[in-house]
Amino acid sequence: MPRLSPPAVLFALIGLAGLALPLVQFKANRIVAGEGVGLADLPHGPWVLPALGAILVLACPARSPAAARLASAVAGLVAATLMLGTAASHLPPPGNSLARVAPASGFWLLALAFGLMLADAVNRLRPSLALRWVMLAGAVALTAGILVSGVLDGVSVMREYATRRDLFLREGQAHLALAFGSLGLALLAGIPLGIVIFQARRWRGPVLGALNILQTIPSLALFGIMIPVLGWVAATIPGAAQAGVSGIGTFPALVALFLYSLLPVVSNTLSGLSGVPAPTQEAAVGLGMTRAQVMAQVLVPLALPVLLAAVRIVLVQNIGLAVIAGLIGGGGFGTFVFQGLNQTAMDLVLLGALPTIALALVAGIALDLLVQGTRRGAA
Amino acid sequence: MIEIRHLTRVYDGVPVVNDVSLTVETGELAVLVGTSGSGKTTLLRMINRLVQPTSGQVLVEGVDTATLPAHLLRRRIGYAIQGHGLFPHRTVAQNIATVPRLLGWPRAQIDARVDELLVLFQLDPATFRDRMPHQLSGGQAQRVGVARALAAKPDLLLMDEPFGALDPLIRAKAQADLRAIQRRLGTTLILVTHDMREAVDLGDRIAVMDGGRLLQYDHPARILTQPAVPFVRDLIGATDRPLRLLSLKTVGDLAQPGDAEGPTIPPEATLRDALAECLWSGRTAVPVQGGGIVTLDALRAEARPQ
Repeated sequence: MPRLSPPAVLFALIGLAGLALPLVQFKANRIVAGEGVGLADLPHGPWVLPALGAILVLACPARSPAAARLASAVAGLVAATLMLGTAASHLPPPGNSLARVAPASGFWLLALAFGLMLADAVNRLRPSLALRWVMLAGAVALTAGILVSGVLDGVSVMREYATRRDLFLREGQAHLALAFGSLGLALLAGIPLGIVIFQARRWRGPVLGALNILQTIPSLALFGIMIPVLGWVAATIPGAAQAGVSGIGTFPALVALFLYSLLPVVSNTLSGLSGVPAPTQEAAVGLGMTRAQVMAQVLVPLALPVLLAAVRIVLVQNIGLAVIAGLIGGGGFGTFVFQGLNQTAMDLVLLGALPTIALALVAGIALDLLVQGTRRGAA
Repeated sequence: MIEIRHLTRVYDGVPVVNDVSLTVETGELAVLVGTSGSGKTTLLRMINRLVQPTSGQVLVEGVDTATLPAHLLRRRIGYAIQGHGLFPHRTVAQNIATVPRLLGWPRAQIDARVDELLVLFQLDPATFRDRMPHQLSGGQAQRVGVARALAAKPDLLLMDEPFGALDPLIRAKAQADLRAIQRRLGTTLILVTHDMREAVDLGDRIAVMDGGRLLQYDHPARILTQPAVPFVRDLIGATDRPLRLLSLKTVGDLAQPGDAEGPTIPPEATLRDALAECLWSGRTAVPVQGGGIVTLDALRAEARPQ
């Protein structure tokens, strides 16, 4: 009996459970509950099922090479996705446009198992920074390729997408504008604020304390508070409403996300600057740099990795939090999530949730790679 | 020439440096020595105005430093500190080029100067130019720190415990190298240390400080033989005095005609080395390379106040 890799065994168990459960749900229309259809009952299923099982089991021995695991994981993910598309194009009777085929527990577990296997394999391979970027670009390109190819067009989420193509693009832009806009504002305000409290020590306690309190307000409550407060501002202060201030819509959503972003940006700016060794700062001043030169040439470059870590935290956090903006008419993918919840149309919820998760994942990985790049330069 | 006139610094009503006046001639190496809290570092930092004097003046070549913007003044004064303070995100070459770049030297001139300094400090330019500070040993980093301080050919170099972070063997070599380079370049140098031995080994003149006051400012031999106050004598350590005194002169200074048995000693060795050689080999005289001898009697006479 060969030695087994515990994580690989766990992934295999998850994946095998996925193979045993129904891959898709076949529903008469988009709202009613449907019946599960297993992989074995689909075209090509009788050989894809054992093949996927074999891939999962073969990855278990500890000696199994990481590159092979990586290839298996990608193959598994692509196969599960293609089978989802196959189910969507074969199950509904011809001419029936109401019937829906949605991914079911089996598909999600397979995606989870192969996704974990992929992450584990990448970790074991210890690829160079450049190769990691290539892998990320490859993953994005592969996903885009599958979506554009049309193999998934019959799947329920894509059917929802097809009827809302323009709206989806608009809400996607709104979502990105909210996440990046609030990040940009937080950097514009937070970095100077961090620099100020770095230099004026006695302001550190009060500023960080206030931001800490802001951070502890639950997001739904904060959005709720925004409605009367900003509504009142818009109604009473002349010119405020014309400038875009309002109780509901994009403005309060942006303000709330901005407020949530301040603490990570300010505290990381402070800790990044404080982490610069005292002799380094002393040397910079002693050699004749002006205050601005010390800041720009020594303090900020050395604090950059910690600052970028804050950008990562804030961006991933805001991409997720921006979903709540849908609740107060702020736009973004949250619009679909809340519409779907109201209509008990899970496919519509997924149309909002899946791109949000994908965005957060890509942004998180990309910024991790950026942070590593700057750390390497400064180490 | 550096003239310090009645320099005082008061923190919260307590004078940390109290009415200190001293003059360092061009090309001299002056050592400020004292215990921690003696005010020696504050005095040094007032010269390049990292600390603003409460009262008093510092004149560099007759110009009152208070009349210059602080950052422009500092670009004319080299500064090297304990733990070297190299910029960890910049290469060795970029670190050394800091002040020339601030002064806007042309690129080619900066590159040439960096290589010149690396050679001067026995670091091969091709090997070390593009290294990052974390890839250097302690001794190498210290040398790069001094090279950086000297990059823009300052008339005056200030050093705060520059050898404090080095282990004893490397420290002795670094001290000797610094002394040689300072002599060669003719740079005026003011160095702060708590180590009296370092002060005696390096200094043309030694300023002994305690409690913010300058107790004595004199040549090492006079500090050793004629301490102005008991504190200075205590700082030297009575048991070490004769040996320190011997370490100030070389064998060449004391060689006399004659013949002696056994291995020779080089003329640039200190009298202290010669004494050690006599004691260890049980000889009363040691031949000097290139002729002459040094006798135990002559050494004995040199080890006493004259």
